[in-house]
Amino acid sequence: MTKFSDLTRMPDARGHFGAYGGRFVSETLSFALEELEETYMALRDDPDFQAEFDHDLAHYVGRPSPLYHAERWSRELGGAQIWLKREDLNHTGAHKVNNTIGQALLAKKSGKPRVIAETGAGQHGVATATVAARLGLECAIYMGAEDVERQKLNVYRMQLLGATVIPVESGSRTLKDAMNEALRDWVTNVDNTFYIIGTVAGPHPYPMLVRDFNAVAGREAREQSLKQIGRLPDALIACVGGGSNALGLFYPFVEDEDVAMYGVEAGGDGVETGRHAAPLTGNAPRGVLHGNRTYLMSDEGGQVSDTHSISAGLDYPGVGPEHALWKDVGRVNYVAANDKEVLEAFRELTHVEGIMPALESAHALAYAKVLAPTMRPDQHIVINLSGRGDKDILTVAKLDGIEI
Amino acid sequence: MNRIDQRFATLKAQGRTALIPYLTAGDPAPQYTVGFMHALVEAGADIIELGVPFSDPMADGPVIQKACERALKHGTRLAHLFAMVREFREQDTDTPVVLMGYLNPIERMGYEAFADQAQAAGVDGVLTVDMPPEEADEFGPVLKARGLQSIFLVAPTTSDARAGTISAHGEGYLYYVSLKGVTGAATLNVDEIDAHLAPLRKLSDLPLCVGFGIRDGATAAAVGKVAEGVIVGSVLVGQIAACVDDPAAIAPRLKDILGEMRQALDA
Repeated sequence: MTKFSDLTRMPDARGHFGAYGGRFVSETLSFALEELEETYMALRDDPDFQAEFDHDLAHYVGRPSPLYHAERWSRELGGAQIWLKREDLNHTGAHKVNNTIGQALLAKKSGKPRVIAETGAGQHGVATATVAARLGLECAIYMGAEDVERQKLNVYRMQLLGATVIPVESGSRTLKDAMNEALRDWVTNVDNTFYIIGTVAGPHPYPMLVRDFNAVAGREAREQSLKQIGRLPDALIACVGGGSNALGLFYPFVEDEDVAMYGVEAGGDGVETGRHAAPLTGNAPRGVLHGNRTYLMSDEGGQVSDTHSISAGLDYPGVGPEHALWKDVGRVNYVAANDKEVLEAFRELTHVEGIMPALESAHALAYAKVLAPTMRPDQHIVINLSGRGDKDILTVAKLDGIEI
Repeated sequence: MNRIDQRFATLKAQGRTALIPYLTAGDPAPQYTVGFMHALVEAGADIIELGVPFSDPMADGPVIQKACERALKHGTRLAHLFAMVREFREQDTDTPVVLMGYLNPIERMGYEAFADQAQAAGVDGVLTVDMPPEEADEFGPVLKARGLQSIFLVAPTTSDARAGTISAHGEGYLYYVSLKGVTGAATLNVDEIDAHLAPLRKLSDLPLCVGFGIRDGATAAAVGKVAEGVIVGSVLVGQIAACVDDPAAIAPRLKDILGEMRQALDA
């Protein structure tokens, strides 16, 4: 039986989170991953590296992000107090930049002149293109052709930042295919290219380092809760695609056993319909994709399933390996919100609080609507508002039948 | 003795280089695969690598990606591959067959079920592209217990320390990927390959076979001078792609290409 205190010591030396994680890659990439692991492990506790990271987060990203008490929405929901961790206020508009700042520092140390990334909603692509512009690095972003279509604004934004956006036409033309193509690029150009993975998946050491860079949000939220609420919150909620914003918020609370945690997956048309992107809630089998073992939506023959979600950023058949472990040990409750519930939550927060959330983050809000009314007004929920919704305006307008 | 070891022993005695073609099973449709395998043997194949189609072939270029898509469109699964190998064995009990693919279909089936069926079908070796020896603690012994050999990749970027680990776990032959990059990429530098193979020979007694980038008789012969075997994939799969509407034309084309390589290697 894994104790919750053991969870803070994951992964093990070979990158395993219990039965999950690891380094399942073609031999060509082993060297680059060993090199990255060595670089990161040497810098992880290095005070100068920490200071440089913190400096960039403060002066470039604009951290700390506020913990905002959504009083009006709390009243409307008629239960627990809702607090929003405002990662949407970060430079570039989402939590993704915490990680790209960190990996950019690693890229700089590696001396490689080129960075690549995969992106779904485009937020990680924008955050990567941003740090690449700042450091003068060549930048290529792989994006599924379907996502290029539904996230046009972010595509142009990346191009303005100087990145090349490469639409990926293979497979389901979404995030997983973008990641395949980015891995192929990396295999080919591993000498001069640093791969900035955008979520807590991929081969070791990526799940660990992406978590570490995102955990700043959880550390801040913990401190802010103590100061603003006067104690730790009763529950945390975050959306889970690959799961980086959720791990970022949850990780510093792992040993606080009285803090319940809810990871909200993309329910698409509904988990029961099969058209979703919720491997944990949908009880997907274990599998191996993109370098790690995790829960993975696949058919009986082991072919990876097509997924469906209104939000491009959660449209992924797997999930970070640490979440797979946390599901098994019961530290986090994984639930799903379907597209319709998500749109309602998107509109509701926009109307009631004047904050337009990303459709990804609106999954967490949709579950708050379920959870908060079951709690008392003297209880507190912290939600990771992981990104802002400007990028989704075209998607929502289209659903409203409006041509912009 | 495993068929793979036997084959390399024979080749060594004859002073010849192994010619190892790769095909994605079920491409362009499952009913053709066994015929192609026999055609390849007639044209001089020493070992056949049979690709297991996968939805996300991360280490493969566009040629083999499309082959996977064609095979999957016809629902080709591991169960079909076992049936193909069984059928192949009805006429050919000598030519070693290696299954090459990605881990997820095997994970989904279960290691033991996979290994039992592979052994029963007459498979000799398994090469799982995304499973380096460090992750093979569980799978390796399951294969070994059934006399199935684990084939591993070695890359230009593999350190000596890793090459040692790989040699210690590897059986049959070492598959040296001669280029950084996905399958089907363009150029090839034989001197560079030779320089990389030299330290491997000190670490391992396994035959060294070079794959990725071999396109014709000339490249096969050049690589054959520095390696115990040459592996050819994308150029054969490319022929299948060119003839999807005329499957009868495929086997003769495969034989032409492989035959030219055989001649060049034996010259």
